[in-house]
This record gives sequence, structure tokens and C-alpha cells, in this order.
Amino acid sequence: MSGDGGTLMRGRVEAGLAKGELTVALGVVALAFVVLWQAWSIPVSPIYAKVGPTLVPIMAGLGLLIFGLALVLSAVRGGWQPDEEKAITPDRRALGWVLAGLALNVLTIGPLGFTLASILLFVCVTRGFGSRNMLRDAWIGAVFALIAYLGFAKTLNINIGSGVIENGVEWVITMVRGH
Amino acid sequence: MEGFNGLMMGFGIALTPMNLLWCLVGTTLGTAIGVLPGLGPALTIALLLPITFKVEPTSAFILFAGIYYGAMYGGSTTSILLNTPGESASIVTSMEGNKMARNGRAGAALATAAIGSFVAGTIGTLGIAFLAPFVVDWALKFGPADYFALMVLAFTTVSAVLGNSAVRGLTALFFGIWLGMIGIDLQTGQARFTFGVQELFDGINVIVVAVGLFAVGETLYNAATYKEGDTKITPLKGSLMMTGLEWKRSIGPWLRGTAFGFPIGAMPAGGAEIPTFLSYYTEKKLTKYPEEFGTVGAIEGVAGPEAANNASAAGVLVPMLTLGLPTSATAAIMLSAFQSYGINPGPLLLQTQPALVWGLIASLFIGNVMLLVLNLPLIGLWVKMLNIPAPQLYAGILVFATIGTYGISQSYIDLILLYAVGIVGYLMRRYDFPTAPVIIGMILGPLAEQNFRQAMTISAGDWTVFFTRPLSLTIIVISVLLVVAPKVYGMVKGGEKAAA
Repeated sequence: MSGDGGTLMRGRVEAGLAKGELTVALGVVALAFVVLWQAWSIPVSPIYAKVGPTLVPIMAGLGLLIFGLALVLSAVRGGWQPDEEKAITPDRRALGWVLAGLALNVLTIGPLGFTLASILLFVCVTRGFGSRNMLRDAWIGAVFALIAYLGFAKTLNINIGSGVIENGVEWVITMVRGH
Repeated sequence: MEGFNGLMMGFGIALTPMNLLWCLVGTTLGTAIGVLPGLGPALTIALLLPITFKVEPTSAFILFAGIYYGAMYGGSTTSILLNTPGESASIVTSMEGNKMARNGRAGAALATAAIGSFVAGTIGTLGIAFLAPFVVDWALKFGPADYFALMVLAFTTVSAVLGNSAVRGLTALFFGIWLGMIGIDLQTGQARFTFGVQELFDGINVIVVAVGLFAVGETLYNAATYKEGDTKITPLKGSLMMTGLEWKRSIGPWLRGTAFGFPIGAMPAGGAEIPTFLSYYTEKKLTKYPEEFGTVGAIEGVAGPEAANNASAAGVLVPMLTLGLPTSATAAIMLSAFQSYGINPGPLLLQTQPALVWGLIASLFIGNVMLLVLNLPLIGLWVKMLNIPAPQLYAGILVFATIGTYGISQSYIDLILLYAVGIVGYLMRRYDFPTAPVIIGMILGPLAEQNFRQAMTISAGDWTVFFTRPLSLTIIVISVLLVVAPKVYGMVKGGEKAAA
């Protein structure tokens, strides 16, 4: 076991620094500094000086710092992921589509309403997962979102975000009921 | 005796038509969610937390308990037929279960998993009913210092001992504790980490973090690694009726699995992985058919770990209900549901809310029966759910995640936070960080802080209070040993080898 460990270690040193892991590790260290800086800027009243509001936040910050530095050390020595996992390259195009869907959803859910925003999100995510038929996905998304909207509106009386489509559907429902 | 009387009262509550309906909805929903790859009970309960504003606590917890047990049943179906286990504890089930399915014995594998889950769930629930009053009697003697020590123990086991890497687990834990600190400090009224954003004064909602990590992060990770035609569903073959020999081979593993699962789950350390692996290796040693393990699939290797998994899920509810100590992500979310009702789980819960606790425990029994009766006959339906194509499934999950956060709170901050946490969740998945410690840290962190401050106030600022009380000292020593001992052991062993 220790012999295997030795060769493994050597293999890792030869592999050099692992970029992805190093970025994540540095992110943790950066977060730790933000946490510590913010924790120190919490005003402390002298009455609570013993265990004030800053003690546990500072401990959290120090924890992040210590383990962040340990991660940096590990990343510089070749990283912690097994080789077969390192070999997996994330599909950037797919990730891009899903992230674009999330961004579009944030931008449109207020002005356009829940259903339209959901259709955009739905189409982007299905596209990211390799679906080609955008029109069909848009329809599925629309039906799905409308059912959810009406379910919340009619049974729980919760408005999850109305817009053009929702108001149109509500109008049709009242028209049909009116006759 | 106290347990028996309580249970009778609980059945009176759980058997009312309305609560039976909640239980049915919970178990059905839980099974469906468990079957769908990538969705778990923690996420589902998080998405349903807003109903705590509309429904009375007993009904809500009966629903949550149904989801909790149902998701286990559903999860085993997926790991047997799909070989991509949703949660780490069902990895073991998929090892033998999927091999059985590929060799035309899917029916028997599903049956032994379901009946084993029933046996383990029932014994485990009985265990809760009789163990809980004892733990409460003992826990009433706890002071804040002892509670703080217990929480430290839960923190270290959940993040440092049970996962693959202590460093990554503890990083996730401290990240969670920090998230839990955001907002107004209740004791001093100081704003912490709010960056001047008013919406953050009340703290970050645990729904946002749980849904972000488990739904958005999971979707991003799957998008990045998805290949069409990658997952193949093994066709459902073989009779669901087990043969006499299969029964004979299953009973021992069921009982042994339960014996591993419940006590380990009930410890304030928690974790379903250890008992499932223990059960697997025990059955592999004891079996009369060792040649089936790893080749055509051995039924013992499904029956034992499945029972261990379910029994430990029942066990986890003991520290949750009696000490207010969640040791899994799902239990942590349930704890936050208690908090949103203004109820504090702990030793007094059994006295102040007996109807709630015993109703919940009784409904676990009923839910178990429902799951057994519903699941096997409806297996065809659940298998159909596996056929939902991944693109539409994940798109639907994200739409639902949006409803669960923005839809309910109508807050842009929540929506942006949800997606930001999702990206963090993706990175954690990609770089092998466990996510459960984040949720546990977020929920338990503020409670630990509260107990820490109380202990310090009682001791008039004397730091040694955690080391002079025998109980708190013992627990802290155990926590330290759990982290340090494996390392020292490894070093000593490595040193011996090097010397030789």
C-alpha cells in the first residue's frame, strides 16, 4: 500500500499544478478574506465583548482560510481529483445554454411574467441537453408552466408572477365562465 | 411503556382521513421524486416548505415523512434499473441490484428491496418510538455546553469523517456556517454580512440554498457531462414474486442490515453510507453463494444494504426529534420546517407537542405499509417515469426550482441567489465537495452559536466550561479522536512500513 502511495505521489508531482482545482481553492481563500474582513467590520457593543456577534463569524472565516490554504497546497501538488475524473472535460456549449437560460429567466420573469420566462428557460435548457426541436420544447414548456401557474393561483391563491400570457388565460377563463 | 401509549395516541391522529390523505400524497410524491434521477427528499421537502404557511404542523410533517420514506423506495428502483444511483447510500444497492436486473432478475431485486425496506422501516420506526423517550430523559440533563459539544460532534462526523476528504467536507461545512450567519444577529441586533442589502436582514432562506445546490447545481453538472443515450434502462424482467429460496436468502440480510442501520443512524453522528457498506461486506462474507457477488448479482447484496439504508433513515429521526440535531441534509431541512412553525425540536418537544411527534411516528408506520402496497403493483408506472427524456426533465426541474423560490417570495434577490448558489453547487459537484455539510452547517451553525453563547454567559465568560463538564468533555474528546485518530493510525502504519 505504501509503495503504491509512493508512486502515486510521484505521479502527482509530475502532473504539476491542477488549474481547475487551484482556481477553486483560491476562490475559497478569497471568500475567507471577504468573510474575515466583513466579520471584523461588524460593530461590537462593549457589553457583549466576551462572546459578541463576531466570534463565530470569525471562526467561520478562519476555518475557510485554513482549509482553503490546504486546498491550494493540494492543488499545487497536482490536485485531489483522480485522473479519470480530470479527463472529463465539461461540455461548455451545454453549460452555456443552461446559464443563458438562467440569465434570461432573471431578466424576463418580472416584465414578461412567469410563463414566458419559463418557456425561454425551458427551451434553453433542453437545447443545452441536446434537444433539437425548439418549437416542440417551447410548447411543452408553455403547457408545463401554465399548469403550474394555474395550480398555484387557483388552489393555493398564490400568484407566482403574472404577465401577458397569464392575464390572457385568466381573461379566457372568466369569459368562458361568464357564458 | 411511554412509547406504547404515545404510539396509540399517534395512530389516533394519523388515521384520520385527512392525515391519511397527506400520508398518501407524501409517499406517492416521494416515490416519484425518488425514482427521478437527480432529485432527492431534501430538495423535495425544501420545495414544499412554503406549505408550512398554509397547513397545520402535524399534517405538514406527515407529508414530509411520507416523502422521506417514499424517496428511499423510489431511489432503490432507480439504482436497480438504471445503475446511476441518485444518492451515495444507494450506490451499494446498485452494485448487486443492477447486475441482477441485467441477468433477468429485476423483479426479485425490486421485491427484496421493497420488502426489506418495509421490514427495516417498521423495525426502525418501532426503534424511534421506544428509544426516543429514553434519549429525552437523558437529554433533559444537557446544558448549553453539552449541546454545543454535541453539535461539534455532528459537524465533524458529517463533514470530516463520513466523506471522502476531511478538508473538502470541512470547507463545505464552514461555507454553510457562514451562510447561516448572514442576517441580523438575534442577540445583539447587529447586521452580519448583509452588504447593505435589506433583503438579507432576515437571513438567506434555506430553500434558496437547498434548491440551488440540489436542483440548479445538479442540472448544470448533468448538462456539462450529459451524453445522449448514455443511460440505459434495464428492462423489467422476472417475476415480482420471490421464490421460497429467495425469501430464505433475504430474511437474514434484512434483519442484519436493520441491526447495522438503525443504531448507526440514531447516533448523533449519522450517515447512511457506513451501515450500507458494512451490511454489504457482511453479506458477502456470510453468503452461501459467493460466486454470484459481482457477477450475476446476489440477492443478499440488495436485501441487506437496502434494509440498512432504510433503518438508518429511521434512526436519523431520533437525534432530530429528541435533540434537535439533524445529521442529514433532509433532517436539516425538516428542522427548518419546525423552526418556521416556531417549534424548537429538542428534549421538550415530546412534552410540548406530543400529538405532533407521535402522529408523525405513527404515520411512518402507515406510510411504510402504503409504500409496500403501492409500490410493487405500480412498479410499471414508476418505470415509465424513468423514460422522461433528460432534456425535458431537467428543464422542468429548473422551472419548478424557480417557482419554489421566486414564485413564492417574489424576490429578485432570492432568484439571483438561487442561481448563484447553483453555480457554486456545480463547482462543488465538479470538484468533489460534499454538499450536505453546507445545509447542515447553515441550519445547525446558528444553533451551535446560540448554545455557545449561553454556555459562556452561564460560566461568566470562562472558556474552560466546555472541558470541565464531564459530558461535554467526553463528546469533544470523541470528536477530536474521530478526526485525528485515522490520520495518526495511517502515519504510524506508514512509518512502520518505511522502517521495515
